[in-house]
Amino acid sequence: MTMMVKVEEKLYQNRYIVDESRPHIQIKSVEACQTCEKQACTFCCPAACYSKNETGGVTLVTDGCLECGTCRVVCQDKGNIAWDYPRGGYGISYKFG
Amino acid sequence: MVEKFDAIVIGAGPSGNAATYTLAKQGLKVLQLERGEYPGAKNVQGGIMYAHELEKIIPDFRDDCPTERHIIEQRVWLLGDDNYVGTNYRSEAFNSDKPNRYTIIRANIDKWWGEQIRKVGGLQICETTVTELIRDASGKVIGVRTDREGGEILADVVIMADGVNALLAKRAGLQDEAAPENVALAVKEILFIDPELIQQRFGIKEDEGVVIEIMGKVTKGMVGTAFLYTNKESLTIGIGCLISDFKNGDCPPYRMLEDLKNHPVIKPLIEGAEMKEYAAHMIPEGGYKAVPQLYGDGWMVVGDAAHFNNAAHREGSNLAMASGRMAAETVIELKAAGKGFTASNLAAYKKKLDDSFIMKDLKKYRELPGIMHGNKQFFGAYPDEITAAAHNWFTVDSIDKKTKEKQIMKSFIKRRSVMGLVGDAIKLVRAVR
Ligand SMILES: Cc1cc2nc3c(=O)[nH]c(=O)nc-3n(C[C@H](O)[C@H](O)[C@H](O)COP(=O)(O)OP(=O)(O)OC[C@H]3O[C@@H](n4cnc5c(N)ncnc54)[C@H](O)[C@@H]3O)c2cc1C
Ligand code: SF4
Ligand code: SF4
Repeated sequence: MTMMVKVEEKLYQNRYIVDESRPHIQIKSVEACQTCEKQACTFCCPAACYSKNETGGVTLVTDGCLECGTCRVVCQDKGNIAWDYPRGGYGISYKFG
Repeated sequence: MVEKFDAIVIGAGPSGNAATYTLAKQGLKVLQLERGEYPGAKNVQGGIMYAHELEKIIPDFRDDCPTERHIIEQRVWLLGDDNYVGTNYRSEAFNSDKPNRYTIIRANIDKWWGEQIRKVGGLQICETTVTELIRDASGKVIGVRTDREGGEILADVVIMADGVNALLAKRAGLQDEAAPENVALAVKEILFIDPELIQQRFGIKEDEGVVIEIMGKVTKGMVGTAFLYTNKESLTIGIGCLISDFKNGDCPPYRMLEDLKNHPVIKPLIEGAEMKEYAAHMIPEGGYKAVPQLYGDGWMVVGDAAHFNNAAHREGSNLAMASGRMAAETVIELKAAGKGFTASNLAAYKKKLDDSFIMKDLKKYRELPGIMHGNKQFFGAYPDEITAAAHNWFTVDSIDKKTKEKQIMKSFIKRRSVMGLVGDAIKLVRAVR
């Protein structure tokens, strides 16, 4: 049995301090994603930040990012993700952790 | 003039906290930098906290440390599709005045550590991301660069306690990126619920806690485990698998978590609870063979950043605290002896680790990660067969017990062959011997 889940509803509970227009993770080459066979980032990211787009590539929206690092590990063979932490104090701010 | 410290500690998790506290208590001038809005803002733990290592650093921590419940019962459950086989261990002896394991809410603990560090004169600064190590012409680490204005700070020694991502060591070429089969991704939720209900459902009194470690069908054949822990007024539930398996599968982690919450065995335990936070974090699970270089000229690495984690026993924070303390003690001893923080002198840190449970345990289990990774039957076929065997055994019908035994064996062999079963048993024994 697999439930349909909206990850947005989960993320909605979290507290974020958003650093407007300063995404801390970036896709380096759009083309590399288009030729990436599995596009594993789209189903490995626990916050569903990566989604397949109409051009056959992947769109990244870091708003819900939990700063886990999984996408960087997943994409290391392609090396197509520039991964950094947000500026100090910004990003996810867990109340409980 | 840039400010100079005896030591800089990067990160305010258990490893960095143990190091900072130990250094400050001995009167060293220490600066701890943390990127979170407050200590704990970036951190995730199941969480069970082990008293022993904390007690070594702060003997009377029980006076004011905000723990949740002390653990009196441990359950290990193997989940099938709609059933489970399990073991419980419960003892009144765990109700001593000095319990050894507690459930915790991680952010509360990290904030408490911050107060303890201040009390002994340590300087902890949050909202500051360290972006780079500063090295001199010889390559010796002499300080850090931060994302604050004029953010260069110098120190005699830098302790990297920056957790599993360990970006700083990677950027400086002191460590490689972790292979996907050496790190797990775990997701968890905190579910708030009336404490009375927790006590009823888990058969415990106020302050007493139960932890359930879970394996089986819920990880969908991937190498991983799940957990359900009791806090004072909340439950935490989580699940984690190797990233290599997530990558080869197609089940997103949040769906796996949702399926766990809806499993017929789990659902009644969390019914009616309100979800207040969803978190994700990696866990270093490559074991002994994945441990990177641990020290060099002017630097040491501790905790998760050093890949100190015992996945088989779900221990991480205790290895973090112990390694942080040992790094600090190394600094204190070298300083007292008037020796510099060169790589050859800092090798004393590695010696301490080797002589301790950290390296001994990691070494003992060194083959386990590889075996788990290469033998998916432990996570796929076995849960099915074992729960089916239990079902067969406990179903009272007119089949005689001998025939039942045969049926069970036959079913195992069909899935895995006799040699396969024997081979698995040998592999497991070898891996944990
Ligand atoms: C879901 C889950 C359940 C777990 N359950 C348990 C358990 O029950 N028991 C147990 O003992 N262990 C458990 N662990 C493991 C345990 O949480 C870790 O081993 C432990 O937190 C490691 O401590 P650390 O100090 O090395 O790293 P962390 O706790 O990760 O701390 C690193 C700190 O460094 C900061 N930082 C990182 N980079 C920078 C930078 N560049 N600049 C400034 N600051 C930076 C981070 O914000 C963070 O505060 C669990 C882990 C997870 C993910
Ligand atoms: S894994 Fe890397 S290369 Fe592949 S789609 Fe994702 S970001 Fe692009
Ligand atoms: S760091 Fe984690 S949460 Fe953030 S985008 Fe990457 S995988 Fe997703």
